[in-house]
Amino acid sequence: MKIAVASGKGGTGKTTLAVNLAYVTSHAVALLDCDVEEPNAHIFLKPEIREQHSVGVLIPEVNPEKCTLCGKCGEICQFNAIVPLPKKVLVYPELCHSCGGCMLVCPDQAVTEISREIGKIEQGQAGHIWFAHGILNVGEIMSPPMIKAVKHAVPPAELIIIDAPPGTSCPVIEAVRGVDYTILVTEPTPFGLHDLKLAVGMLRTLEINFGVVINRSDLGDQGVREYCDENSIRILAEIPDDRRIAESYSRGEIICESLPEYQSIFKTLIQTVVAKTDNKLKARA
Amino acid sequence: MKELVIISGKGGTGKTSITGAFASLAGNSVLADCDVDAADLHLLLKPRIIKKHDFYGGSRALIRNELCTDCGKCREVCRFDAIEIRGPVSPHSQKTYQVDPVACEGCGLCAYFCPAQAIQFDLALNGEWYISGTNYGPMVHAQLGMAEGNSGKLVSRIRSEAKKIAEEEKIGNLLIDGSPGIGCPVIASITGADQVLIITEPTLSGLHDLRRVAELTRHFHIPAMVGINKWDINEELTGEITRQTKELGLTMAGKIRYSRAVTEAQVKQVPIVEYTNDGISQDIRELWQVVMEELNKS
Ligand code: SF4
Ligand code: SF4
Repeated sequence: MKIAVASGKGGTGKTTLAVNLAYVTSHAVALLDCDVEEPNAHIFLKPEIREQHSVGVLIPEVNPEKCTLCGKCGEICQFNAIVPLPKKVLVYPELCHSCGGCMLVCPDQAVTEISREIGKIEQGQAGHIWFAHGILNVGEIMSPPMIKAVKHAVPPAELIIIDAPPGTSCPVIEAVRGVDYTILVTEPTPFGLHDLKLAVGMLRTLEINFGVVINRSDLGDQGVREYCDENSIRILAEIPDDRRIAESYSRGEIICESLPEYQSIFKTLIQTVVAKTDNKLKARA
Repeated sequence: MKELVIISGKGGTGKTSITGAFASLAGNSVLADCDVDAADLHLLLKPRIIKKHDFYGGSRALIRNELCTDCGKCREVCRFDAIEIRGPVSPHSQKTYQVDPVACEGCGLCAYFCPAQAIQFDLALNGEWYISGTNYGPMVHAQLGMAEGNSGKLVSRIRSEAKKIAEEEKIGNLLIDGSPGIGCPVIASITGADQVLIITEPTLSGLHDLRRVAELTRHFHIPAMVGINKWDINEELTGEITRQTKELGLTMAGKIRYSRAVTEAQVKQVPIVEYTNDGISQDIRELWQVVMEELNKS
């Protein structure tokens, strides 16, 4: 079973939730940190890294001896990543989406593909939690291939929790595609509500089941609750604004460890979500 | 004209609230919301839309079932698993091929290689962008469509329009609300800017993300300053961030205390400096002074 934790707005407590849910569950669990631009889960879990590998994408390489400068590669490329000039063909690796088109259309077999590193994946163990995260190299534009690579991991777990990047565009879509359920974390503020609506729109377009967790629930206003009510969106849990949580978070601690009184909120939450999803999966099978 | 981009590395550090306060303190500047994934600045500055534009970031494939001969070539060439077989068969084909618009990367290979010319490949509407008026100057902002990509291109568009307006109307400052992370939209927000202000918070995550984003600004040779929001949540880490900021060769621009007034102002939908004159607004004023001085130097 795959469950993603996502949020339209950054900084709502997505990672805190993902980490604590993994910490309290009694299932064999894996946590995949798919926020490859700013991975943070390891700060809290402090996993022992046992394996590391590089992640690459394919980009074209042009053999000048075979190239007749026909220009076909430049015509098919939608991303201006390969540009035929009068005397040679230029490749802009960062712009390439690895579609393979230039290689397919080259009539002289002058284009081959080589792998270019865009980041690395680290895997390990943190107590009972199997852990993996991706780290995008600084200066790289495209995170989706990196996220895909993290999601390819096949951990020895029945429950996979995915910490998704913030937002609602390509990287998030890549992270939540194919999951069985998504927990959306939000704050009861106008910013939180606005970004929640976008995230809900995204999940509905992708036809993914979801529920909402309200973090720092005693701040702000009633907008988020009213919206969830009107749109029959289930509020799964509310976590209060507790300065001790903020402080414990700032030191990189797991809330359920430093403030055990919060364990029950997270336990109930993960049990609810797993049970709901289990029923859905069974009904479908 | 000077261009300042406010970014955060980690999301939720208060970047937008601070940008909104700066807009109010600056009086007249051009404003741009480049956090197109979670565009919130309009909630504080209440822009009145003057002009709406469609945004086409790229193309997308569409299979015309009546022309499809069921050869499967498109599925073979697509590397993004975007060609699905679903739905009822048509009189001409055994299988109904369909493009999953969310998975489609817009490479056009399927359309190019389809022997029956059954695939349309046209520009796709990815969102809208607006030129608006606010009490603090003209504002350029956007709304990305549901589950749409191409946010980097949209960011570049917003910035270049905002620059154009600043030049035409001879407005000296361009304030940009950037996006979190270090990927495509952030890079599009900061390349070529005069100064970047990184808003961080005194948490281990904040420090970690600050280091990543500082590496990014160095990679693109953009001068960067750091502001610590909610500095009093963890004084020890505030000290550590201050120390590392110097070590990284960045300018420490100031710190802002934690205050619930930020959320209250957000609920009232006004920039924080208009909501209260208390400590936090003083902190932001001081930060703005330093930022202005640095900006004028650059
Ligand atoms: S692989 Fe595709 S995106 Fe990359 S250069 Fe070739 S045609 Fe362009
Ligand atoms: S345009 Fe490219 S990504 Fe989209 S369906 Fe066709 S081959 Fe696949």
